[in-house]
Formats: sequence, structure tokens, C-alpha cells
Amino acid sequence: MAGTVLAVPAIGFTAIYAVLRFPNFALASHATIGAFGGYVANTAGGLPAWAAVAVAFAVAGLVGVLSDTLVLRPLRPAGAITTAIAAVALNIALENVVRFVFGNDHRGYDLPLQRDWQVAAIRVGPQQFQNLLIALVAMAALFLFLAFTRTGKAMRAVADNPTLANVKGVDADRVGRLVNFVGMGLAGVGGMLLGLDTSIDPLTGFRVILSVFAAAVVGGLGSIPGAVVGALTIGVAEELSLVALAPAYRTAVGFVAILFVLTLRPRGILGERAY
Amino acid sequence: MLTFAGFYGLMALGLNLVWGMAGMINLGLVGFFAFGAYVSALATVNMGAPIPAGVAAASALTAGAGVVMALTTRNLRGDYLAIVTLGFSEVVRLVASNEIWLTKGTDGISGIPGPWRGRVTPETFNLIYLAIVAVFVVAAFWLLERVRHSPFGRVLRAIRDDEQIAAVAGKPVVAFKVQAFAVSAGILGTAGALYGHYISYVAPDSFAPLITIYAVLALTAGGTGDNRGAVVGALLLVFFMESTRFATGWLPGLRPVQVAAVREFLIGASLVVVLRWRPGGLIPERIPRA
Repeated sequence: MAGTVLAVPAIGFTAIYAVLRFPNFALASHATIGAFGGYVANTAGGLPAWAAVAVAFAVAGLVGVLSDTLVLRPLRPAGAITTAIAAVALNIALENVVRFVFGNDHRGYDLPLQRDWQVAAIRVGPQQFQNLLIALVAMAALFLFLAFTRTGKAMRAVADNPTLANVKGVDADRVGRLVNFVGMGLAGVGGMLLGLDTSIDPLTGFRVILSVFAAAVVGGLGSIPGAVVGALTIGVAEELSLVALAPAYRTAVGFVAILFVLTLRPRGILGERAY
Repeated sequence: MLTFAGFYGLMALGLNLVWGMAGMINLGLVGFFAFGAYVSALATVNMGAPIPAGVAAASALTAGAGVVMALTTRNLRGDYLAIVTLGFSEVVRLVASNEIWLTKGTDGISGIPGPWRGRVTPETFNLIYLAIVAVFVVAAFWLLERVRHSPFGRVLRAIRDDEQIAAVAGKPVVAFKVQAFAVSAGILGTAGALYGHYISYVAPDSFAPLITIYAVLALTAGGTGDNRGAVVGALLLVFFMESTRFATGWLPGLRPVQVAAVREFLIGASLVVVLRWRPGGLIPERIPRA
């Protein structure tokens, strides 16, 4: 359950890695920006949660394209590590833009109150169920896009072999912008889905980022099905850890999982292939 | 303020060894810094160890943590190390916030002893401490300059520039990388321990990821690969931070949280600007003659 929602930003992270070959740590602030974009659409615009998620996708995606074009793309020739450092700096800068506008307070979405559903002995919150559906729809849409559209095929081609894709006339810059839009958009959706359950503040994205990395690394950095498998693994492991550990350590589970997988199977469960 | 420049200088020197010389990245600087601060604080407050022993323990244990990090990612590209170190710093903060029996949680540990604290006036204490930190910075600087000019430093640069060639030349690349990472982590831990004894109080909130950005900014502004650059960069950084404090004081009609946001934004933005337009820093690296 928690793992399904986690899979959405993890796919974003791993997709950007697959095409652009660097870990984009600015994902955390984009998740936050998406969450706040959805929040404005939901509270000020009066949209229901599922429609606000679309706004979250668009806002985070656009910010992702802008910030990448202005900040990260000029740095990519300097190497993956320099770009990753710049991404951390960018993350802090963007996070503080959100803080400047909205302050540090926790904010809740405007949602109708619903009674929990009772299925046998298990209680399910309708909102959680809706989040699950939204996450599944987002992932299905992405898979259809990658598998059947021309642009989706171009993205896979660049991830697989940038030189060959270039020879075949695929515009790498365009694909780069596109993967940023989709990847950061998914991050925004993830940020909002996580916020729907609880509340949002400028650190919303940062708090889950460790689990997102863990999902991507455990599944195999750069592999989209890997991110899904990784997210489900991390989600289940985090829930199971509650049996033995204090709830505060949920995110530490991700870190332990990273160390564990890197030691035993460095390429992740599904390896590094992009799809 | 100069004392803080010393802490950042130590961190930038430590970072320079792994990033500037060996080309490995540590995005969890603050985690090692915090680890060192807590080790020394616990040793002196709970176990009554003398301060030098606490600082020594902090250096040694942090170096050990660095060995584990470096070994875990030894066969992988640098991006994995970036993720693991970033994760490490978050886990340190989690543990510090939640193992209340050990670290007093978010309340933090207070009353960490400082050398001659209470026996001299606060001003004299600050001066004494500045001298102590300066000694550490000079010692680290001297040590790293020795490393830079030594065959060891030459191999590290070779690994940074082309790992395969270094391996073909018969250098045990992994061993070199792990050693460099351990020494660097040790320096970061020492800086953290000194910080704790100066402030007399450590809490998880003191160790936000922003500190990592401070250290990276100090090093890149001063000049990656050059130890003088690290020290100069730390001085510049403190000057810059103080001037943003001054400048944001002039902005009218902002709430305190907005002022803080503007300052943090400026720090992040300035690192991006330096990386973009002055990647060599003020003092670009000059390779010493063999």
C-alpha cells in the first residue's frame, strides 16, 4: 500500500537517472512543489483531490524542466558528480522558495470526511484507497506512454544507447526536457499523494527522499520496473519493521536496504536496464 | 565567527581530500560531522572522559564509519556513494532524534565541557578556543599538504583522473580510495567534536543538510583540489553568511521565516553560480611537481 505510492516518485528518480545519468537529488523539492501546487488547486481552486493531482503533476513537471534547463543542464558536461552536487544546492534553493511563500506551518488538504471501509477485519481509509488508484493509474499511463508512443520509444532509446539514438536522429535535448517533465511531474504526484494522507510543509519531499532512493537503488538504478519492485519491497519492509522497531525508524529501513543490496547485488533486483 | 570559519575550514579540507584529490563524493558531510560531535559529547558527558580523549575517539570512530561507507560502494560508480552518504547523514539524524536513552533525542545533549570553560571569562574562552581550532586547521592543512605532495596524493589524483589507468599501473585503487575516505571522515569527525565542545550543546537540528552545502560551497569557492583554497573558501563563506544576515536585515516587511528562507536560498543559489561560472574556484589547483 505505502509502497505503491512510493513507486511514483521512485519511477521519476530512476527515469531521470536512466536518461541523464546522474542522481537528481532535487527530486525532493519538486515533490514538495507538486504537493503545494496541488494544495493551492485543492483549497483555493476547489478541485477534488484526483483533479488536484493532475495540477501537482503539471506544476512539478514545469518547474523540473525550467530548473533543469537553467541550472543543471549547463553543468552536465562537468560530470555526474558535479551535477549531483548542484542538484543538492538546487534542492535547498527551491525548498526555500516554498518556505518563503507558504511558511513552515503544516497544512492539510481540504478533503471530505469519509468513514473507513471495513473489509473483513481490515479497515481501509477511502482516501488511502483513492491514493492507491491514482498511483496505479499514473504508473499505467507511464507504461503505455513508454511502450506505444513514438516519444516514449525515443526516451527508451536514449536511455539504452545515447550514441545510437543520436545517430538515428533522436533529439537528446528534447528527450532530456521530456524526461524531466515526466520524472519531476511524477515526483510532484508522489509528494501530493503522501501529503493527502497527512499534511504538507516545505520538508514533505525531503522526508521521504531516503525511501525513494532506496526504492530506486534496491530495484536497480535506471530500471523503471525495478523502481516499482523496489518501492513495493521497501514499502513492505518499512511496514514489517514496525514489528521490531520504533515507527520513527521507518525511513532508516531504506538506508539499511541500500547497504544490503549494494553489498549482495550491486545492480539491484532487476539490474540497470531501463525498461 | 572566526572559530566557525575554522570548523568549515576543517570540513572543506576533509572534503578536499576525497573530492578534490581522489574524485569521490561525500554528500553526507554533515552526518560525519554530527557523528563526531555526538561521540565526543557522549564520551565526555556520560563517561567522564577528558576532552582530548573524546575528540580522539570521535576521529577514530568516524573514520571507521567512513571505511564502511567506502567499502560498501567500492565496486560501484560515484553516484552510489553520493546516495549512500546522503542517506548516512539522514540516518545519523534519525538515530540522534530517537535513541532518547543515549542522545536525549531532540532535546540534545547540553553541558558538554569545553577546555577551561567557566574558569575564564567567556571572551578569553572564545580566544583560547579559536587558538585551539586554528591549531587543528593548521595541523590538518599541513598533513594534507604532505599528502598532496606525496606519492600517495599522486596516486589519488591518478585515480580521480582515470581509475582504470591507475589500476593498470598496479595501484590498489580500492585500498587507496578507502584510506582517503577514512582520513577525510576522521577530519570531519574531529571538526564535529570540536564544534560540540565549543557550543557545549548538540542536537539533531544543528546538523541539517545545509551544513553539507556550506562545506561544499567553501571548497568550490576557494578552489577544489587546493588545500589553501579550502581554508580561504571557509573564510569567504563565513564572510558571505554574515553579509547575507546583514543584507536581509534591510529587507522590509518580511517575517523571520522568510528572512531565513532568503538566506538559505542565497547559499544554495551561490553554490550553483560558483559551480557554473567558476568551477575552479579562487585558487585553481596546481599539480605539484613530482
